[in-house]
Amino acid sequence: MKIHEFQAKELFRKYNIPVPEGNAAFSVEEAITHAESLGNYPVVVKAQIHAGGRGKGGGVKLAASKEEAQTLAREILGMTLVTHQTGPDGRVVKKLLIEAGQDIAKELYLSLLVDRATAKVVIMASQAGGMDIEQVAEDTPEKIIKVFVDPLMGIQGYQVREVGFGLGLTGGAFKQFSKLLANLYRFFVENDCSLVEINPLILTGDDSVLALDAKVDFDANALYRHKDLLELRDLDEEDPLEVEASKYDLNYINLDGNVGNIVNGAGLAMATMDIIKNAGATPANFMDVGGGASSEQVENAFRIILADEKVKAVLINIFGGILRCDIFAQGVVDAARKTGINIPVVIRMEGTNVEEGKQILSDAGLNLISATDLNDAAQKIAAAVN
Amino acid sequence: MSIFVNKETRLLVQGITGNEGSFHTRQCIEYGTRVVAGVTPGKGGQKMDDVPVFNTVGQAVSETGADASLIFVPPPFGADAIMEAADAGVGLIVAITEGIPIMDMVKVKNFLAAKSCRLIGPNCPGIITPDECKIGIMPGKIHKKGHIGVVSRSGTLTYEVVDQLTREEMGQSTCIGIGGDPVNGTNFIDVLKAFEADEDTHGIVMVGEIGGNAEEDAAEFIRANVSKPVVGFIAGLTAPPGRRMGHAGAIISGSSGTGEAKIQSFKENGIHVCENLGRIGQICKEVF
Repeated sequence: MKIHEFQAKELFRKYNIPVPEGNAAFSVEEAITHAESLGNYPVVVKAQIHAGGRGKGGGVKLAASKEEAQTLAREILGMTLVTHQTGPDGRVVKKLLIEAGQDIAKELYLSLLVDRATAKVVIMASQAGGMDIEQVAEDTPEKIIKVFVDPLMGIQGYQVREVGFGLGLTGGAFKQFSKLLANLYRFFVENDCSLVEINPLILTGDDSVLALDAKVDFDANALYRHKDLLELRDLDEEDPLEVEASKYDLNYINLDGNVGNIVNGAGLAMATMDIIKNAGATPANFMDVGGGASSEQVENAFRIILADEKVKAVLINIFGGILRCDIFAQGVVDAARKTGINIPVVIRMEGTNVEEGKQILSDAGLNLISATDLNDAAQKIAAAVN
Repeated sequence: MSIFVNKETRLLVQGITGNEGSFHTRQCIEYGTRVVAGVTPGKGGQKMDDVPVFNTVGQAVSETGADASLIFVPPPFGADAIMEAADAGVGLIVAITEGIPIMDMVKVKNFLAAKSCRLIGPNCPGIITPDECKIGIMPGKIHKKGHIGVVSRSGTLTYEVVDQLTREEMGQSTCIGIGGDPVNGTNFIDVLKAFEADEDTHGIVMVGEIGGNAEEDAAEFIRANVSKPVVGFIAGLTAPPGRRMGHAGAIISGSSGTGEAKIQSFKENGIHVCENLGRIGQICKEVF
């Protein structure tokens, strides 16, 4: 679960991780009040959306006066911000962060994430801050410091020193950074983060270390033990159909094609999307109803797919293992009765109780196109939309 | 022969009295698996059908000689259940549970490093040696005894592959789902090593998906260490970057974990790539 920069910085403050003074604003008036209360100009007006690349997209600007802060807040609030992470449609900016401008002497990079291969928390740091870290990793891998922390032991002093000296810090800045990193590790572990990224971490003209940006992502599987973090979820940043699907524990992602699809199991669902593409059509979504879906969940899955106006046809691909085909079929029948189906639906079912499932569908007299196998299903769905 | 499990395997089930636990235990017994014990804390002394239930894994092991465990406990207790089994000396632990927090698994994985057991999963369908032993939730009847080893990060996608193999009259030696989580026990390379050493496995099907670098690492391992033919498939070529595709581990982060890179690596390392799932049975027939 992603959160906004201003929320991340509020959490950082609780962990004594230094961040610039600042406040979130939801209106132009609020933005001006916050700018004035900082006491000094320039201030930074930052668009708050769940995507990176905001600066390049024109969502982060410096205001030298109250008037300029007002103009910028007006300009950025409500704008559709397009960055390399938002996709071409961009995101409407509904929140701002108004922050005190900083005297930046040096920009550094710092992040923590779980390394899959070693099953350890990896600290990544670089003196090449403020840049795309992937580009740095590709062009100059020697400029990236990586330290792996044993989760059973926690972060050790020598590891903190390795990163701090590696970043070229000395004296007071080094001491500040050492505390910051230890606190950041504690923050990461205590809150079940999957990613914490500070880019840039800055060294100011008076030798202080400060998190100028903050990107935090939490492990969705661990949110059950962090009820306080759940309140930070921002539904404005999510697709309305995805929000609806999450209410029923459906794994759904809205995409831009026109072939809706319903599948059980994440791997098979991805493979089904690929099959649709191979057949010359494009998937409108990813939908995994899960291994043990109930007919109610299937009904809701179907309703959500049909509510998507781009969808011109639906491909249902079920390999019944735990999920029995008869239960699935009943969900389809219920959905069809309630919402009605007025677009072509191709269905391919295999596995546990498949005969009973087919019987339920044929008894209901639904106008479904049945497919014998995956290739047959792909051809039929492509024919239906083209 | 087969890998990791056979008809001698003595299975205990953690979470045996729950809905899923009892349903799948019965399915495993019906398939022929020797289920010798169950564990549900607080229900020791009871029975699930004819299977004795114990309070702890330690008791179950010492009284029944169980040497493998199948775990169905809810995600908040998943890590604890795995560590309990490992501490009790269970040699093979299969964790079906989906949704264990990643930091829990990070701790478990480091805990297991000092033990001699093997963990399969979590978030996986389990392992089956056809006609001998099924430890998991896969539909038994689509499998057929034979000489193809199957290893996959997915559940239903594996059933699809196995079903096509069986329809083409190609039976399987052992099929393993290693799970869709970013941090898991057994990885592709562990399984490939075992398949290479197993005389009864003549060919291997490896089913991967987007996210991480496990497929790339496996591909390099194959070129250097696997003499048997390998057919590979990758799911998720149409997946958008930055989105979690159902499985916690199925996510393209920046330029890492893309399907294209994995397929490229398969091709460079001599793996026969299947680009259309509908044809995987046929392709295996041609290759094997």
